[in-house]
Amino acid sequence: MAKKYVGQRVKRTEDPRLIKGLAHYVDDITLPGMLHVAFVRSVYAHARITGIDTSAALAAPGVVAVYTGADVADKVGPVPCAGALPDLKVPDHRVLAKDKVYFMGHPIAVVVAKDRYAARDAAELVMVDYEELPVVTDVEDAARGGTVIHDGFSDNIAYRLTSGEGDIDAAFAAADRTVKQRVLHRRLAPIAMEPRGVLARYLPGEEELTLWSSTQIPHLMRTQVALMIGIPENKLRVITPEVGGGFGSKLNVYAEEALLGWISMQLNKPVKWIETRRENMQATIHGRGQVGDVEIAFKNDGTLTGLRYSVFADMGAYHQLLTPAIPTLTGLMLSGAYKIPAIQMNITACFTNKMATDAYRGAGRPEATYIVERALDLVAADLSMDPAEVRRRNFPAPNEFPFHTATGLDYDSGDYEAALDKAQQIAGYAKLREEQKKAREEGRLIGIGVSTYVEICALGPSQAMPAGGWESATVRIEPTGKVTVLTGASPHGQGQETSFAQIAADELGVSINDVTVIHGDTGVVQYGIGTFGSRATAVGGTAVYVAIQKLKEKADKIAAHMLKADASRMSFEGGKYSLEKAAAAAAGTGTSDPVVPVGEAPAGALPEPQTDGRSSVSIQEIALAAHIARDLPPDTEPGLSATYFFEPKNFTFPFGTHIAVVEVDRETGDIKFLRYVAVDDCGKVINPLLVDGQVHGGIVQSIGQAMFEEVVYNEDGQLITGTLMDYAVPRASHVPNFELDRTETPSPVNPLGVKGVGEAGTIGATPAIVGAIVDALSPFGVKHLDMPIRPENVWRIINGH
Amino acid sequence: MKKTINLNVNGVAHTHEVEPRLLLVHYLREVLELTGTHVGCETSLCGACTVMIDGQAVKSCTMFAVQAEGASITTIEGFAKNGELHPVQEGFWERHGLQCGYCTPGMIVTAAQLLDRNAAPSREEICHGLDGNICRCTGYQHIIEAVEYAAKKSKI
Amino acid sequence: MISAQFDYQAPATIEEAVSLLAADPDGARVLAGGHSLIPAMKLRLAQPQLLVDIARIKSLSYIREDGDQILIGATTTHYQLESSDLLKNICPLLPACAGRIGDVQVRNKGTIGGSLAHSDPAGDWPAAALALDAELALIGPNGDRTVKAESFFLDLLTTDLKPGEILREIRIKKPSGQFGQAYQKVPHPASGFAVVGVAVHLGFNADGSCSAAGVGVTGVSVKAFRAHATEAALTGASLDDQTIAAAAAKVCDGINPTTDLYASSDYRRHLAEVHTRRAIKAALASGK
Repeated sequence: MAKKYVGQRVKRTEDPRLIKGLAHYVDDITLPGMLHVAFVRSVYAHARITGIDTSAALAAPGVVAVYTGADVADKVGPVPCAGALPDLKVPDHRVLAKDKVYFMGHPIAVVVAKDRYAARDAAELVMVDYEELPVVTDVEDAARGGTVIHDGFSDNIAYRLTSGEGDIDAAFAAADRTVKQRVLHRRLAPIAMEPRGVLARYLPGEEELTLWSSTQIPHLMRTQVALMIGIPENKLRVITPEVGGGFGSKLNVYAEEALLGWISMQLNKPVKWIETRRENMQATIHGRGQVGDVEIAFKNDGTLTGLRYSVFADMGAYHQLLTPAIPTLTGLMLSGAYKIPAIQMNITACFTNKMATDAYRGAGRPEATYIVERALDLVAADLSMDPAEVRRRNFPAPNEFPFHTATGLDYDSGDYEAALDKAQQIAGYAKLREEQKKAREEGRLIGIGVSTYVEICALGPSQAMPAGGWESATVRIEPTGKVTVLTGASPHGQGQETSFAQIAADELGVSINDVTVIHGDTGVVQYGIGTFGSRATAVGGTAVYVAIQKLKEKADKIAAHMLKADASRMSFEGGKYSLEKAAAAAAGTGTSDPVVPVGEAPAGALPEPQTDGRSSVSIQEIALAAHIARDLPPDTEPGLSATYFFEPKNFTFPFGTHIAVVEVDRETGDIKFLRYVAVDDCGKVINPLLVDGQVHGGIVQSIGQAMFEEVVYNEDGQLITGTLMDYAVPRASHVPNFELDRTETPSPVNPLGVKGVGEAGTIGATPAIVGAIVDALSPFGVKHLDMPIRPENVWRIINGH
Repeated sequence: MKKTINLNVNGVAHTHEVEPRLLLVHYLREVLELTGTHVGCETSLCGACTVMIDGQAVKSCTMFAVQAEGASITTIEGFAKNGELHPVQEGFWERHGLQCGYCTPGMIVTAAQLLDRNAAPSREEICHGLDGNICRCTGYQHIIEAVEYAAKKSKI
Repeated sequence: MISAQFDYQAPATIEEAVSLLAADPDGARVLAGGHSLIPAMKLRLAQPQLLVDIARIKSLSYIREDGDQILIGATTTHYQLESSDLLKNICPLLPACAGRIGDVQVRNKGTIGGSLAHSDPAGDWPAAALALDAELALIGPNGDRTVKAESFFLDLLTTDLKPGEILREIRIKKPSGQFGQAYQKVPHPASGFAVVGVAVHLGFNADGSCSAAGVGVTGVSVKAFRAHATEAALTGASLDDQTIAAAAAKVCDGINPTTDLYASSDYRRHLAEVHTRRAIKAALASGK
């Protein structure tokens, strides 16, 4: 099959509406009679609610209703948690607090009014009396005992888990050397530029509820919200219009989503809530939040023998959808890109009086990569070896794949050394090291950081997932020859409207302009899982691909019937089934066009394709014939459509090498990037332009984590970084020019050979950046620094403070 | 309490009675139904709400509609003329300068201002010119390339 | 993020603005560019009853020479100052400082008068006003008066403006003879405000020694301040590296720098010293 689109830098089909300002995000949708909602949220991190007075709010102009926890406690079910772990403590997480509040920003009451200004004014009038309770913010304090946050639990420990394979004690006993390091992964705020938002419309006659929500998982949300508010799932429709970024923060089912649906059902009116940025900082999930100790055992030649990571994981006050599962993903990836015979992870997951943590781009895997890569740097420092060399020594060879790790995974394919070689070559690694040496002699502090990461993507086989790890696609060719792709994935910036159209156009031999990809509407699209975990292309794209093969099996038969030929004699190229090889070859360079040019054909009966005496027929003519259905092969269903649910047999394991070069200012501690080289291997590439964009964006979120970002609560549980005035997200002038390249090791897990790239940058880059800064400061004896590394930290080291 | 405002948006004259506290961004989005201008941070830091007011890029979330009395405003919806994209819009499309698209209208308006004032900016000048706009998706590299594309295109 | 209700007036003259303020000195606030006040109103930290918008008073926006003075109208925007060819020529510190404020959009809308009257401890203009020994012209119910910048900034977000008074003009003595200027800033990575900002104006004698020095510092304390000890150490001295370093070391004399999430007191003190030194050197290098 000639590839016209796949592998090309195809401009995105979703862009015109976005660059013209004509796209529709949730807040851009207005319905007649629509009411607006504002939340009253806790100003304390931990308190008993001793009284709520809503009378002034109810009397305020434009106010339609005010609801408190007491009004909804037995009406709306708990906020769901899908992370199933042995002996997991699951607090009863209600959509509005009733007796107690557990974190700053905890929703207490909701005001419904005629416009958002009136709702906000009235929310100010809801009077809440609190009795403050002792606050637990530090995860290790939480583990130690003292104040127990949730009534009915004996302690704050959500769960403990030990995982890994191999004899860890023997591995450490037999090692020549070991190093140990405490490592912090601060809480981060995902900061999708579009905050969350929900518009709910209940139609009492039809008994149908529609939720427009800024989510990554429309179908999973539909199921969960239906259960929460007790509406039949087939009477609930979830639509995700344009979604302004998610990064995991919208891979969730939130209290507000269910509550808005319930309110609309009470009032029989559309109701809208758009999160403010302050609410987003307080009440949208945070990422990371681990404090751990890593120990690594190795031989004098650098061969790794064992790794142990004991971690306190900060759950926050409640479990959101995947909160407890995130640290277990860290455990899965603790082998990194290396042969480590014995690995052990010990998790102590604790409740604190803070917002829940959950999936933020990478979701547990950046923590793992960071730990392993930091540990490798420590090994290199301990042995006075080059950090790249230590890594190289411990890679599995390409012929060792599938490679089984002591964390229980089987890596699909890889050539880690090839990516490292390429990155070193682009960076001019040997020369860089010489320049670094020379610079040091001149008193300049230059550092080089290397990260050879591997990540787990394409989540994933259903065995390993809480609610299905497959993805779905329907592909149909309409009577006019236009191709419609319905995907269960829910892209929100990744560009799958384009990349899936590339796959469909190539496989069907049609123009990409004749393909439309539809997603994010449970009323239109078959059940799907959604977009997260770098899965959409590897799992959802494969579903599209296989659905097309199914569709073509049927088209094959119809083509043979139309051409009165034996199906086995025909070939398909360029959108045409041909009898002769020459015709097929000629067609191979072109694409097929619709039979019924829209706007030109007469209305009424469609022209039936005439194939008498012809030696070829286009797939679009077949689609028309299949719909007119007057002359189909015996026992053939009319129409030309196929649906496929793709269940991957394994995860995929993309990998790569990132090299960061930084210089620090001796006087001020300022950190400046000199170079940034990234060689990523995400398997086969559908659209290099989109892959580059994913890598750039991921690296910059890593720069944020490494150098700027940290969600800070004070000891009273007050959120100090409550706005973008305090929480620093990288800006254009903070980032270097990226030098990207790729190696391409196809995945055997899916027929497209793709692995996924959405999280690569966020996973691979932080250790390279931190490694570079640590390396720059190594003349001062520095071996490790915790993120975010700010100029003051650097200054203190250089000046011995 | 309400005030009358007269202003021109994307070439169309409007007169409305508004509460003084109505933010310009809400006026544009909710009264004029021009929803291409977005709200991202509310503290004047992300730039998603940037519009052009009398030729100057301004954050419409940090301005009351009454302050725009008599002004001539161009929002993202007014950038393409006669079906032709503005060179900056074209640059964003050609160079994949957007992913989720939420920051994009503000980015495009700000980038247009940058090129109005400096037809051939260096990479550093582009970054400085975009200091008031946050993008969480692209990592900025393709945005910078989009502005460079537009600069070249505008010269032709 | 919606402001409480208020009334709005856009007077045509400053006198009219003064009388509107006088009618409700506690409830009324002056609105210029709005880039300090509106964010505070949206957070409901400020809830004025009346906004008196002076940005529409055309005669309050100007940059001009008047004898040996530079006169700047209060509602002149940061961008107008940043892009002023006149200022680039006769007092480059002003455009340099303007160009480091916030971002393009903020500079297009924000005004020098609004910034000075707000007295944000991390605002940029107070540093330049102090270094240039600016005089601020105020108008109020009791008529006009002037106050030196140094006497104007009293405390955190507090100035010498009396209820009902409006800052109408900034007056700066036109630098003459040989002089050099520079503004050096460490912007906060999130807010863009100054973690440390140092504005330096140096006058030179014919032999190259320093005839006069103005050093204004922002971001370091609850209010911007003039670094007198640094100025004294520079004035009359020949500006070799050692003298400059010694002068810069005195920049925080008598000041206890602020600690926040981004920078501790010690680090701020250090940054202030480094950037004072760098600013002095840059001013020296720009000397003409």
